[in-house]
Amino acid sequence: MQVSKSFKQVIFLELAIPVALLIIGIYHGLMQTIYRAGVLHQTSFAKLDYYQGLTLHGVINALVLTTFFAVAFGHVTMAFYFKKEPNRKLMWLSFWLMLSGVLMAAWAMLAGKASVLYTFYPPLKAHPLFYLGAALLIVGSWVPLFDWAVMYNGWKKENQQNKTPLAVLGTLINFIIWFVCTLAVAYEVLVLLIPWSMGWTDTVNVNLARTLFWFFGHALVYFWLLPAYIMFYTILPKIAGGKLYSDLAGRVALFLFLLFSIPVGVHHQYSDPTITQGVKFFHGMLTYGVAIPSFITAFTIAASLEYAGRERGSKGLFGWMVKLPWFDESKYLFAYFISGLILFVFGGVTGIINASYSLNNVVHNTAWMPGHFHMTVAGPVFLGIIAMSLYIYSKLSGKRVFLPKLNTIIPYLWVIGMLIFSFGMSWGGLRGEPRRTNLGTSYLNPDNALFRSDWVPTTLLALLGGIIMFIAAMMFIVIFFGTILSKKKEEGVLEIPVSEAYHDEKRVPLFDRFKPWLVAMIVILLLAYVPALLNVNKNSGPKAPRFNIDNPVPQVSAKK
Amino acid sequence: MTIDQSEKKVVGITLGLIGLFVFSLLYAKGKYKTDVPVCLPYDKAYTEPKINKLDEKTYQVFSVAAMWQFQPSEIYIPVGSEVDFYLTSKDVVHGFNIAQKNVNMMAVYGAINKTTVKFDKPGVYDIICHEYCGIGHQNMRAQVIVNYPEAR
Repeated sequence: MQVSKSFKQVIFLELAIPVALLIIGIYHGLMQTIYRAGVLHQTSFAKLDYYQGLTLHGVINALVLTTFFAVAFGHVTMAFYFKKEPNRKLMWLSFWLMLSGVLMAAWAMLAGKASVLYTFYPPLKAHPLFYLGAALLIVGSWVPLFDWAVMYNGWKKENQQNKTPLAVLGTLINFIIWFVCTLAVAYEVLVLLIPWSMGWTDTVNVNLARTLFWFFGHALVYFWLLPAYIMFYTILPKIAGGKLYSDLAGRVALFLFLLFSIPVGVHHQYSDPTITQGVKFFHGMLTYGVAIPSFITAFTIAASLEYAGRERGSKGLFGWMVKLPWFDESKYLFAYFISGLILFVFGGVTGIINASYSLNNVVHNTAWMPGHFHMTVAGPVFLGIIAMSLYIYSKLSGKRVFLPKLNTIIPYLWVIGMLIFSFGMSWGGLRGEPRRTNLGTSYLNPDNALFRSDWVPTTLLALLGGIIMFIAAMMFIVIFFGTILSKKKEEGVLEIPVSEAYHDEKRVPLFDRFKPWLVAMIVILLLAYVPALLNVNKNSGPKAPRFNIDNPVPQVSAKK
Repeated sequence: MTIDQSEKKVVGITLGLIGLFVFSLLYAKGKYKTDVPVCLPYDKAYTEPKINKLDEKTYQVFSVAAMWQFQPSEIYIPVGSEVDFYLTSKDVVHGFNIAQKNVNMMAVYGAINKTTVKFDKPGVYDIICHEYCGIGHQNMRAQVIVNYPEAR
């Protein structure tokens, strides 16, 4: 369909700004593997400190890229399926709020005033603009939901008996999850942290802040993941040359995410004080609940791909795998999506290990953890985001993809790098190698008393994987900006592939309305979080003053 | 509403698998006493670093994490000792990981964490801070020394 210039501008900016920032984010990813392997025995390189770089890596790659893309992809999905553009003013408002938040936080991080990592646990104190920036990014990403809800209600009035398009359902569910979970982090940032970092309040309840952060923190990963799921359900089967195995399975999975994405956050706090074993165990069980929609998805997508392979004339039990368009330039989305799915098999399995209550003692906060989540957020999420950014941009601008053959190879190179990296990290984690640690100056420095020779092979593997991924990512950057700089070849249109369903079940009213699910969501949320918050309230002692990253003595006044 | 046969099977397998996971967790909890840390109400008594010898084979360690050291930093105990670790932080959040013994706790200001572990074999066990705690984080390590008279 044809869209307005204003719509195109917002989408282009929301896709291109985070991809440009990725250059900084990914550079710091590579640098960490270099420090950690003991190639560098120093605290900083090129005037940027290890932990400052780690903060930039986490914030840019996991918060900025994902949030900007989710908003842009949501706009595109809504406009495409409803044949109507979202409200122009609200699109710009959302964009400017998010961008100003990013600029504030970027200044604080680059100035070295917010080296607190993307989890920003108090009582390590960051510059107030870092917190304010995070809050603006979140508030900006809330805006579209309300506009989309209006669009949806308008459409629904005229289409009472029609199923809501699966992609629309997914987008709405994703942003409802996002809105609910970010309420907690908005409270943490606006009510607890900003007044404290400004010096208006002297102390902060660290346990409460951590619990609020993880109320948000696990749902955050589903906010990253659901856009990729929408692509897998509604785009991938079409690209592969087949159909979605079951439309209803997709709807069931999405509603289960609505129920179980948030009330599982305490599984990040198994090792924390102030929360009882009973509450932790309950959240562990609910986490198994959220594994169910991913199992459903794994089956449905695999079945859809098998169907596609057979449609393409495959024979035998596994012949369908060979027939898929692995290296087809015109179907490059397939290469990115399947690569993400391959990584997600390992990401999912390691995730279930982490969720498994006492088993978490083996891996919590070790290198295993980034080994795990790089196969999710830097697997299907990252590959889906960059591929779809390129696709939407090239269609909407009417430009052809720069270096199309290379483009189909990048995701496989990424998979190879990632598997080597994650293998090294997981192995190291099982040997006690900590995450978020500049190992090069101590544990990986042979001249230091803390030297650990058993972490040499594991960090070297991570380094090798890191180098391969860095090369793959830089090749993508060249292709993305090469495409932007190329000449327009055809009329720019808003177009995304749409998969038909193989089992296109009749409309089941329960799976086409929000109210009963929202009620159930709130009930489960209260069951899971009221006890957790009561625990924290009961077992917490004194609140903590402000600490800078370089001084064990608390800061009396907030100014510095 | 009709459901495809293979979909039904997959739902069955999924539920079976999750049932197996839950069973394994409970089995390990019963047989090997594996569990996550115990949460205690805040008590100022635990904020002073200390090693209490309760009897020949039973110890209490009040471990206090601070930027960028654990106190006590060296803990000497005989083989076969059972140790209750009580953990808190004087400042920012720290981690407390004895990887060989699967001891994994967070040290948080204004909170007390606790776990119990038995050291059956002689050796030197690293306690590593595995939560970022400022510029000196990578140097924050303590040790449990089990029957290692020569190290004294």
